[in-house]
Amino acid sequence: MQYYDALGLEPSLSLDAEDLKSRFYERSRQWHPDRFSRASAAEQDKALEMTAVLNDAFRTLRDPVARAEYFLKESGVELGKAAPPELLEEVFELNMALEELKGGDESARPQLLTARDRFQGMLASSDADLVELFGRGSGPAVLDEVRGALNRRRYISNLVREVEKVLHVDAAN
Amino acid sequence: MSTLQIDFGRAKPSIVGIDLGTTNSLVSVMDLTGPRILSGIVPSVVSVQPSGEVVAGAEARELLLTQPERTVYSVKRLMGRGVADIQEELKLFPFQVVEGSESVLKLRLGDAVMTPPEISAHVLRKLKQDAEEVLGGPVEQAVITVPAYFNDAQRQATKDAGRIAGLEVLRLVNEPTAAALAYGLDKRKQGIVAVYDLGGGTFDISILRLHDGIFEVLATNGDTHLGGDDIDNLLLRIALEDIQSEWGEDLSGNPRAVQALRRAVIEAKEALSFAPSATIDLEYGDKRYQRQIGLDIFNKLIEPIVERTMGPCRSCLKDADVSVEQIDEVVLVGGSTRIPLVRSAVEKLFKARPHTELNPDEVVALGAAVQAGILGGDVQDALLLDVTPLSLGIETMGGLVSKLIHRNSTIPASETELFTNGVDGQTNVLIHVVQGERELVKDNRSLARFELKGIPPMPAGMARVQVRFLIDANGILNVAAKDLRTGLEQSMDVKPSYGLTDEQVEAMILESYEKAEEDLKERQVREARVEADAVMGATAKAREDEVYMTLPESERDEIDRTINELLAVYHSDDHLLIRAKIDGVDQATQGLAEAIMNSAVGKALKGTHIDA
Repeated sequence: MQYYDALGLEPSLSLDAEDLKSRFYERSRQWHPDRFSRASAAEQDKALEMTAVLNDAFRTLRDPVARAEYFLKESGVELGKAAPPELLEEVFELNMALEELKGGDESARPQLLTARDRFQGMLASSDADLVELFGRGSGPAVLDEVRGALNRRRYISNLVREVEKVLHVDAAN
Repeated sequence: MSTLQIDFGRAKPSIVGIDLGTTNSLVSVMDLTGPRILSGIVPSVVSVQPSGEVVAGAEARELLLTQPERTVYSVKRLMGRGVADIQEELKLFPFQVVEGSESVLKLRLGDAVMTPPEISAHVLRKLKQDAEEVLGGPVEQAVITVPAYFNDAQRQATKDAGRIAGLEVLRLVNEPTAAALAYGLDKRKQGIVAVYDLGGGTFDISILRLHDGIFEVLATNGDTHLGGDDIDNLLLRIALEDIQSEWGEDLSGNPRAVQALRRAVIEAKEALSFAPSATIDLEYGDKRYQRQIGLDIFNKLIEPIVERTMGPCRSCLKDADVSVEQIDEVVLVGGSTRIPLVRSAVEKLFKARPHTELNPDEVVALGAAVQAGILGGDVQDALLLDVTPLSLGIETMGGLVSKLIHRNSTIPASETELFTNGVDGQTNVLIHVVQGERELVKDNRSLARFELKGIPPMPAGMARVQVRFLIDANGILNVAAKDLRTGLEQSMDVKPSYGLTDEQVEAMILESYEKAEEDLKERQVREARVEADAVMGATAKAREDEVYMTLPESERDEIDRTINELLAVYHSDDHLLIRAKIDGVDQATQGLAEAIMNSAVGKALKGTHIDA
């Protein structure tokens, strides 16, 4: 996987943050275009290319969620878009409350605030779950679980965004 | 090149650092002792004389008072912008926009018509000349600073200005980052630094992590239309109203009076950084306007402007994922940070006393010189990792933006996207690239339209064109497309939404060459004098060497004679004559140069340290 190669790493869901950072700094010193301003055009292009990939790689791999998404994509596992079944009932109620607030019914606001906090809590715990999963290697069973966790996470994070948007729009009026 | 030049180590071509500011500009260079400012402040003001001659700098600033209609200032506010963007600016600044210049803004200065990059190029040319005179040699490469929050078009316009001025712009560096370089270099600091940069027309906030010589920008934010200018305009408006009620006369339609009053206002503003009160004092014709303004009133007036900088600061902290308590140091940059209210607001927000050891007017230029040193290989252990200030996206269905590269990504940064044909036989695909954080295309800044051409006709969805978006180390977008079916580069038409096309820049460079030829003679004379200065300086220095007295008297006399001859023609306007006399000195000093060389080599062999 290109991003792991760029940092001289074997592909793995679990990475040491400090090690990643020092690899990034070391390779930046070596490949940054600033080091090649008096070199030939071909060398300059290569430095630009190497550094761009290095930066993209570091940005992706240092973030556990982005790293997992990249790892799955490169492993040929597609992320789904379906709502997690265990959340369906709650999301249904949430959507009703959102519609009420959009319609000007302020009594829905406390319920939405509570829901937002709850979902944010879920996000935090799902991040912890992800890291725990990473520790269990990258076999097909683990990848499938990671996929499920990522789907759930993405779904919840979209919900939070949607709720915040409605809460803010209304506060601005 | 003469032997003397080689022996005395006349400087190799230097890469200069340039702070191209809204109000003032500076040029600097890195030498053995560190970054240093070359020559004085050059006001970023350009004036076109009735003869067609263009004047830039201090002289032009004086002309602002007598010939405001052919003189322009604060043109940095217009770089990379379209007419629709600058309506607010037009209410406050006396820019004379030429009708019908939609995508490329053109200004009228007397009889001349110029784009903002061409105007800035005149300021750059002045800086280039100043640097050449001090350095005694040609200057062709530069690092130019830009506000961190400048978008792609504003950066491109700055780069264009450099090219038009005959400078190869090796790098655009963000101003707050440059300031951090200037501060951090001699201190070898570790930790997290916030740079608050409030200049004449732009505001930036950047948060960096310093780590073993690496200056890593974590996040940046700002407002490219907020600065000391806004304070000037506020005071100006109040004074104009004041005068109208006092004299019963509206001066606002009188450019000369407005410029004189603007200067009076700026003087009062500057005085208020050091005194509890100041007077706006205008003598105009036989009338005199005086208004005392106390610091408390001033503070109240400018509070909303200072407050506008606080939002970006908070967003920047959030994006950097850094709390106020984690900030180790705060650095102040830009003339407007001399204002006491600005200082106290920064101190309050960051809960730290800001650094002000370096002159806030010079620190950016000093940092530009450090970056020039990094590029030239003179500074080995420092490295700058900067970020892109704005997210980059493409237009998708329904006028929505799909973000490709997020703001505060370390640059160079890239992303690839696969495009296909939407309908059978479609051979062209139009890609609209925008910059900004909003969800709808119309709320973002249009950057350019790229048209992929010559896709072979095939059923819908079968074409596979991979487009690579790459933001380079200057923060400027590069786009390349590849047909994945053939593996060939895909041709593309680029239409920048604002700014000059490559062809237009080329034409301007050509034009400036033609103009340059007109005063080629003058330049040759100037260059010959610069060289004469260098030769005479080197000779004077050589005479102080103990070796000098070991030369035969005849040789010393010959040196005197040739120097006198050179002095005699120094002020003539015949560059060939000056050069002939320079050659004479070179010839006469050959023996001296060799003797010094030999003596230096001898000392070095003995292991004695010699100064370079």
